[in-house]
Amino acid sequence: MIKGNGRPVYQGVAIGRIYVHTKARDVVNRKCTDIVKELERFEGARESARKELEALYDKTLNEIGEEQAGIIEVQSLFLDDLDYIEGIQDMIRQGSDAAFSVHEIGDAQASAFAALDDEYMKARATDIRDISDRLVRILTGADQGFRMDEPGIIVAEDLTPSETVALDKDKILAFVTRQGSSNSHTAILARVMNIPSLVLTDIDIDPSLNGRIIIVDGFAGNYYIDPDDATMKAMQDKKRSAGEYKASLESYRGRESVTRKGQKVSLFANIGSPDDIRYVIDGDAEGIGLLRSEFLYLGRDDFPTEDELFEAYRKVVEAMEGRKVVIRTLDIGADKKVDYFRLEPEENPALGYRGIRICLTQKDIFRTQLRAIYRASAYGRVAIMFPMIISLKEVEDIKTFCTEVVGELEAEGVRTSPVELGIMIETPAAALTSDILAQHVDFFSVGTNDLTQYTLAIDRQNEKLDGFYDAHHPALMRFLAMIAENAHKAGIWAGICGELAGDLSLTDEFLKMGYDELSVAPSRILELRKNVIESEV
Amino acid sequence: MKTFEYTVKDELGIHARPAGILVKRLSSVKSSVTIAVKAKDKSADAKRLMAVMKMAVKQGDTVTVTIDGEDEDAVAPEIEQFFKDNF
Repeated sequence: MIKGNGRPVYQGVAIGRIYVHTKARDVVNRKCTDIVKELERFEGARESARKELEALYDKTLNEIGEEQAGIIEVQSLFLDDLDYIEGIQDMIRQGSDAAFSVHEIGDAQASAFAALDDEYMKARATDIRDISDRLVRILTGADQGFRMDEPGIIVAEDLTPSETVALDKDKILAFVTRQGSSNSHTAILARVMNIPSLVLTDIDIDPSLNGRIIIVDGFAGNYYIDPDDATMKAMQDKKRSAGEYKASLESYRGRESVTRKGQKVSLFANIGSPDDIRYVIDGDAEGIGLLRSEFLYLGRDDFPTEDELFEAYRKVVEAMEGRKVVIRTLDIGADKKVDYFRLEPEENPALGYRGIRICLTQKDIFRTQLRAIYRASAYGRVAIMFPMIISLKEVEDIKTFCTEVVGELEAEGVRTSPVELGIMIETPAAALTSDILAQHVDFFSVGTNDLTQYTLAIDRQNEKLDGFYDAHHPALMRFLAMIAENAHKAGIWAGICGELAGDLSLTDEFLKMGYDELSVAPSRILELRKNVIESEV
Repeated sequence: MKTFEYTVKDELGIHARPAGILVKRLSSVKSSVTIAVKAKDKSADAKRLMAVMKMAVKQGDTVTVTIDGEDEDAVAPEIEQFFKDNF
């Protein structure tokens, strides 16, 4: 039995088999000793890749459609391309190992395509990279984590947003990562999915872990690989009682979130994609307080069309059946980079070109998104919220632009419904001028993650700083009180959508400040409602 | 050596999938087959997918196809027909 620990990001116990999720990009220039054998290995990998693509083609055709399936088909054609294959074989003959040869030739071909003066052919560079990555994964044996045949536990260094997009979420019982932080993408996803997970663990990641049994104790922050019988028994009991606690929360399902003295608060859910709707329904959320738009832009190689955005938003709005859905416009940049945005590397991305700054600069991106949201508004109750605001000028520009977009849609005869326009308060500048901003918007939603990062000047991705980080810092509490007060003076509502909203030790404090809405991971709603109903405030 | 010219009608030009069928069709041909767009001064071995794709042949482009080898007389008309049927 191997025992280790890390920082728990969601309570619970999971027991299952390990799937190691490794990245294929660490391909190093290695020499092979037996050229004939290496050529055979490459042939074998080509065959496996071909079989995988056939299966993927069928799956894509059935589940997504012909256009996407066509892309898979093109990738399988590359497996027979003479320039590609001969290039790789030549490199192997000169003594390089197969994985490195694939990587190099793939890179050279992809760069040649990327340099073409033809948008369609340019985009094929991604297909060449994809097929090369597939071959490399097969050759290095690092691909087991990507396809899960049965439910299991993912062990990884860390997962990027675009990697998690590709995961089969139904099959993930828990995440265990070496890196990350309480606010990292993996942690946020674990909370949405309601699965016990550990970040910052001391686990030794090695392909030999694949298939071995692991227990993840999200209460104590421990994990056990190849557990002995006594540990297994103890953990099964713990899992059962955790299940019982969860079951006890069921009595709060469908109840109104109101304190003993009659103060009401709306408990909404934060979600990252239309697929998360099922967690919202399971969690009994009263609305959606934060629908992130980033998911629509990740894991693809070109901008989504207005229709694609509209369909995704409409799906969520319809599923909520008239309950409010607060859609946050694109908050990309900083830690969530997307290649096709061609954002330049920045010294300090958290203070850089991101969020509303991109939207207000590249208006075409913003227009497409707003049109899609306004179109979706006809199918339910929609509010739009804008991230990273620092000034009244931005708010005015946004409102002017929204009016323009609505005007266009009306002129085209497209149906829309009234939409509330609000802003995220996540910069100290916005917090300090919230009295002014409140005059111009319909609501505030406090993004405590960024507000804390900017107020305390602490990078939330840097785990070395965890000891300095204080989520309850008085500066932040003063800001929170001030924001709610300024909102109410102007007659608008205020909510909190950062992780802090789910901090049960602060529920009373938030109620005293008068917050009208708390938006948390869907799995936290019942527990939070219990706290509200039992509150003395 | 046999040569024919053909003006591409398909609105997408010879993009990835058509290039794929072309390469597949030519795999049984013994002669060498070259495809060129003279106006753009580009040419490629028509049996090589990526090379054909990199030419980015568009609708309206006139391609010159050259077949050179032992079976050229037999396959040239078939290939010409193939272009008419597919592009």
